[in-house]
Amino acid sequence: MAHHDDRDDDCERMTPSRRAVLGAAGALFAWSFMPKFAYASAGSRDARFLLVILRGALDGLSAVPPIGDPAYAGLREGIALAKDGAEAALPLDGFFYLHPAMPNLARLYAAGDALIVHAAATGYRERSHFDGQDVLESGQNGPGRTESGWLNRMIASLPAGEAVSRAGVLGVGVVPPLVVRGAAPVLGWAPPRMARAGDDLLARLGDLYGQRDPALARVLAEALETERIASRRGMQGDKKGGGGPDTADGMRRIAEGAAGLVGADDGPRIAALAFEGWDTHANEGGAKGRLANLLGGLDGALAVLERGLAPVWKDSVVMVATEFGRTAQVNGTVGTDHGTGTVAFLVGGAVRGGRMLADWPGLRPEQLYEKRDLKPTTDIRAVAKGVVADLFGLSGPVLAEKVFPGTADLRPIQGLVI
Amino acid sequence: MASRSQRHANAVGLQRFGLGVKIGQAEALLDGARDLILNEIRADSIARPAGIAYVGTADISTAFYAFADAEKKAREAPRVAQANVPATPGAGADGGAATPRPPAEPPLPTRIYRDEVMARTRLALEAPAGFGERLVQFWSNHFCVAVNKNTTTRIMAGAFEREAIRPHVFGRFADMLLAAESHPAMLEYLDNQLSTGPNSPAGNRRGRGLNENLGREILELHTLGVGGGYTQADVTSLARIITGWMVAPRNGALGTPGVFAFNPRIHEPGAQQLLGKLYDQPDKAQGVAALADLARHPATARFVATKLVRHFVADEPPAALVDDIAAAFRRSEGDLAVVSRALVESDAVWSAEPAKIRSPQEFLIAAFRALGREPDAGQVLGTLGVMGQPVWQPPGPNGYPDTNAAWASPQGLKTRIDVAARLGQQAAGGIADPRQLSEEILGPLLTPETRQAVARAESKPQALALLLMSPEFQRR
Repeated sequence: MAHHDDRDDDCERMTPSRRAVLGAAGALFAWSFMPKFAYASAGSRDARFLLVILRGALDGLSAVPPIGDPAYAGLREGIALAKDGAEAALPLDGFFYLHPAMPNLARLYAAGDALIVHAAATGYRERSHFDGQDVLESGQNGPGRTESGWLNRMIASLPAGEAVSRAGVLGVGVVPPLVVRGAAPVLGWAPPRMARAGDDLLARLGDLYGQRDPALARVLAEALETERIASRRGMQGDKKGGGGPDTADGMRRIAEGAAGLVGADDGPRIAALAFEGWDTHANEGGAKGRLANLLGGLDGALAVLERGLAPVWKDSVVMVATEFGRTAQVNGTVGTDHGTGTVAFLVGGAVRGGRMLADWPGLRPEQLYEKRDLKPTTDIRAVAKGVVADLFGLSGPVLAEKVFPGTADLRPIQGLVI
Repeated sequence: MASRSQRHANAVGLQRFGLGVKIGQAEALLDGARDLILNEIRADSIARPAGIAYVGTADISTAFYAFADAEKKAREAPRVAQANVPATPGAGADGGAATPRPPAEPPLPTRIYRDEVMARTRLALEAPAGFGERLVQFWSNHFCVAVNKNTTTRIMAGAFEREAIRPHVFGRFADMLLAAESHPAMLEYLDNQLSTGPNSPAGNRRGRGLNENLGREILELHTLGVGGGYTQADVTSLARIITGWMVAPRNGALGTPGVFAFNPRIHEPGAQQLLGKLYDQPDKAQGVAALADLARHPATARFVATKLVRHFVADEPPAALVDDIAAAFRRSEGDLAVVSRALVESDAVWSAEPAKIRSPQEFLIAAFRALGREPDAGQVLGTLGVMGQPVWQPPGPNGYPDTNAAWASPQGLKTRIDVAARLGQQAAGGIADPRQLSEEILGPLLTPETRQAVARAESKPQALALLLMSPEFQRR
């Protein structure tokens, strides 16, 4: 059964050469002193891209159950979702359904602002979380090859001086995700949890690091830049504490912060955030339960992003991805073990949505990967390449050499972006 | 007295291998730093935490059962307690008119966790140099459990470190491995508690089955490492081998509740092939034999050596040093005293520049030692939470990261400055002269720039914050 959408790519795309003329050389943070909007390049899209990483391996067969597949219910005894009844899954295309904890995503899908990729994975075929996340975030063909992330290298590959490269990449959290690390400026932000140190102390430390420790000096300068934007956007609220990134409350607060910064006219255009807790080995739950709570948190965070980015929503893409999927069959403890194929979401006003992107491999034993996992038929990196190529005008060779090295054979999927 | 350059190297070494110089301690330590650290390498040098109410996992479980029963009873009791609440509707809701109640002690699991963390913190604050305690923290992170998994891991995490890690820090890796994988906290954390052999009596009867979480992480994170040459079939084999390793349940059916038990009714019967070798031992002996072989595997030696060198020396571990440490591991069949000594005796380690940023836990302990502070629980638990490294609560079974990229991030550094500012305010009253403290704590490491920044600070709290955030204090 094929659900692949192969409409022609008819959207206007920018070439690097055209974009290259838009900006002059931009030193880091020199733009702080420019008048607002000075660099909003006329006639081109000032796009926003947010990557939401779900750490722990999301069970794609529960998030977007293929209820139309005759093998689905049998594999998922105890956690299978149904298309009718009190806790029915939400209809998508008649074959795939959406977990009932995700009404916002269903609404966005119906409105054409969400696209769901199924049977997706990176090129990684082992089952280690940490290597899987390394591949997803480093953009390399295998784990442990680099200490830089593909979003950072993407920014470094764009012409200097454009808004997107000037403002750097935002990593939400006290510990920045690998996907944002690297040579290009990294901004950091986390929900505030204690009183801020005085500006005078920060200035003195800036001086001391400038004299003794250039690496710390750079990190501090980047921290202060984010602080400036956050403060102007009224994000220095008194509310402190709250849940972690594996709770609905924590996901909401993280999304609020990311939307606040990315939505600022002088803020970063690109951000990565991570939600945790998806490693559902035991008691995963069906329409209600552990995974349902997490999916509800993710769904709420998507609504927060939509609201917070409202003025720029038409130029925004939020990509939700996880390191790999989980076993097709429920395990001995009413959960699922590490698997392969799973789902990814593209959400935003710039998404050519309202559709599934899935070359469905089927769920019969011989159709599974190694007889246990959903077989991946779409590469998440081809999705990511397609989105950023269209949003930021990156050429195929740059994507294949710098951003996702060694992926020349993996063509960007076209037509994902309006 | 040692030469100037020797004293500088010793000061670096004390920060690299230890927990930071304590106020009033510097001169005594500097000259004999290397001997001081080497002298810690003996089996009996690792202290056992004091002031713990429930020591063994059996006692912890008994206390928890009583607590859970009392909670249940209170919930189910007729609402007698509510009779005391003022009858005015809404009086309690806005909190205005309610009778003030004494601050409640947190529930037992929170108390146990708090007391375990504080006992461990006290040992870190008391240690003269702290190499042993640093290794406790290293191994505890290598074999990590997470207290936010569930109540059992929360009440058992402290016991895990006391029982599975501490006794073996200068003992044999094989013993630590077996103790860790058979500890109730680990069996619960990585779901082995639930894993059932599909062909075991219980598996046949109830249709329950395997959970391969612990089997995989033993291979990937605890022994061979991810490139260590195992396959998915090995993961499944090891998961089968250790079926039946569980925590004895409350009903007493498997012996004393709350301790390790082997349950033959859920153990997968028959021989298993792991890394090309057949394990046909009966019952628990099968897993014990498999772990013993994994502990002395060359890939394990290399994986452990790489992690040790990354932790103590540099994010990119120098290959020659890793080779030396791995060889010491192999030669000694995983004698961790020999391995630790090889690390401390390496001249390369003593001459390397301090490149690593202290982790939040290391930074906070070093700050308390430098300021002579005895922190309360909030100052430890809350502050580590804010800095992203709460004790025994890593984001995944691979533990906390061990690189500058993770800890010296913009947001991480900014948060650390906020913490230093607060510590400066709290400690200023007890410090006579921050300039003198800087000389004492940083000694030969103190640069003219930091000396000047501290001297020119606008206040004593600010001077202390500058000392704590100086590159010399932050890097080891």
